[in-house]
Amino acid sequence: MVHLMPSRPRVAIIGVGVYGPKHTIPELSFRELAFEAALRAYRDAGIDDPRRDIDAFIGCQEDFWEGIAIADEFIPEPIGGVLRPTFTVSGDGLQGVAQAYMLIRTGYFDVVSVEAHAKPSDIRTFDGIMELAFDPNYLRPVVPPNYHFYAALEAKAFMELAGATREDLALVVAKNKNIGLLNPRSISAAPVSPCDVLEAPMVSDPLTAMDIADPVDVGVVVVLASDDTVSRLGVEDRAVWIEGIGYGTETGSFERHEIGRAPSVRLASARALGEAGISNAFNELDFIETDDRYSFFEPLTLFEAGITQDPIKDLREGTFDPGGPLPVNLSGGSLSWGWPLEATGLLRLVHAIEFIRRNGGKGLAISWRGIPTYTSSAIVVSGEG
Amino acid sequence: MGSFQTKSKVSKPQNPGGHGLKENELWQLSGLIEYRPRAKYDFSAGQALGIFLEKLKEGKIVGSRCPRCGRIYVPPRSYCEYCLVPTIEIVEVPDTGTVHTAVISYIRTTRERMEKPEIVGIIRLDVPGYSTNEYEFAGLFHRLCGVTPEDVISGNVIGMKVRAKWKPPEKRKGSILDIECFEPLPAYGNP
Repeated sequence: MVHLMPSRPRVAIIGVGVYGPKHTIPELSFRELAFEAALRAYRDAGIDDPRRDIDAFIGCQEDFWEGIAIADEFIPEPIGGVLRPTFTVSGDGLQGVAQAYMLIRTGYFDVVSVEAHAKPSDIRTFDGIMELAFDPNYLRPVVPPNYHFYAALEAKAFMELAGATREDLALVVAKNKNIGLLNPRSISAAPVSPCDVLEAPMVSDPLTAMDIADPVDVGVVVVLASDDTVSRLGVEDRAVWIEGIGYGTETGSFERHEIGRAPSVRLASARALGEAGISNAFNELDFIETDDRYSFFEPLTLFEAGITQDPIKDLREGTFDPGGPLPVNLSGGSLSWGWPLEATGLLRLVHAIEFIRRNGGKGLAISWRGIPTYTSSAIVVSGEG
Repeated sequence: MGSFQTKSKVSKPQNPGGHGLKENELWQLSGLIEYRPRAKYDFSAGQALGIFLEKLKEGKIVGSRCPRCGRIYVPPRSYCEYCLVPTIEIVEVPDTGTVHTAVISYIRTTRERMEKPEIVGIIRLDVPGYSTNEYEFAGLFHRLCGVTPEDVISGNVIGMKVRAKWKPPEKRKGSILDIECFEPLPAYGNP
């Protein structure tokens, strides 16, 4: 018997659904957050019966964020995954999108739903949970009580390597918080100047309270589909195509990691841009949504993704401003709409999709999994089918 | 059989089952780190479970009804997991039911023997719309009281009619423990 290999379909994102973000969403449980996001995404995707029309369901979460062991088992029911193929990615939502993308590329799945949510307002000992992420034998006994020290170490090292000053980080914060005033999802946007940032209370030198994104509650669902499904559903007008996607992890060792750099962003972006056939990202991309949960990470990712060899010079010249040659974080970034734990990458992707739906073009989204991880994902999305 | 060694060539392990370490011996192991996680949460009950817990304070069990398929979820959910639509209607259900399955726990997870074995089970509540031979039903997991270990071992507990034993109103807190347990209803011909 001859088994024909299925063809490799192109993959589009056809639906997005978001509930939140807010600093706290006390009226909904985490299940209800996921359900509300799923309802919106399935309607946006033009799917009449998600129980029939979606082939697989992926949740992205981490047990200690949830406060529930084996939290995977809780997520199928609110998103339509009961008695259907379902699995969990213990990581950022964009890593889940990569899994969904690959499922569809096999030819065996036509429509896949990816869910991620965050309920940090339910976590009473947030610093205690962060501490659990550090090596128990030789790091936990010596880590300072405020986990932001970890990002501050990276920020210092990056500034040294890139010739950046605190004023440069303040430029990133002021840019993103001002842009965020135009995004209804922003909860931390403000008309601030770089001086305001420099005068904000210091958390861990060189990071002030304004350099750090706030943890927020949110539910996010995106729906991916094959090209045939896009035609069958007649949703070409809202389909945003995945041109390339990648993810990677550096070492798990604090000291041996390339401090002040982000090799995981380098790996993920190279994979995504390469698959998209992009050789000159600066010229070929129309915008970038990248990780800015800490201000310094935005220019760092732009360097690691090969966008520029001198992100600080470009930042000072306004290259990444709205209306500049390559706008970065037109959504206002995490510094405006927050840090929704494992849903951060998915919410960043949603903003990229919404931008393309309004304006067309091609964009890159980058998501780091945050401290103390060395895992990142990147995706190139385009409005051209 | 050539690969087996004779008894005379191999000495019997002195302690084939291993041996326990005393507390002081344990702490002499190098590199052992004791760590107590600081992991505290305030779980939002949400809309459906919030009403459920609130109604327990009034001595009532409520569920939610799916407007499409008619399923009643106890405890209530805000959505029907089969139809994926919101379940808007909250319905009060009887606090009586039938024991679907039950077990006795004799030891703790850490292997200490419990002073009094604990009997827990799944109670299929008397909610109209569900036939008795369906695997899916509106029900609750809870403790069973007034049931002997022999009832469980013999299987007599299965099918037993039970009713919620409520705490006095002034002691209810909006918790599943506002129901102390489910106890047999002799009037229904229980053993």
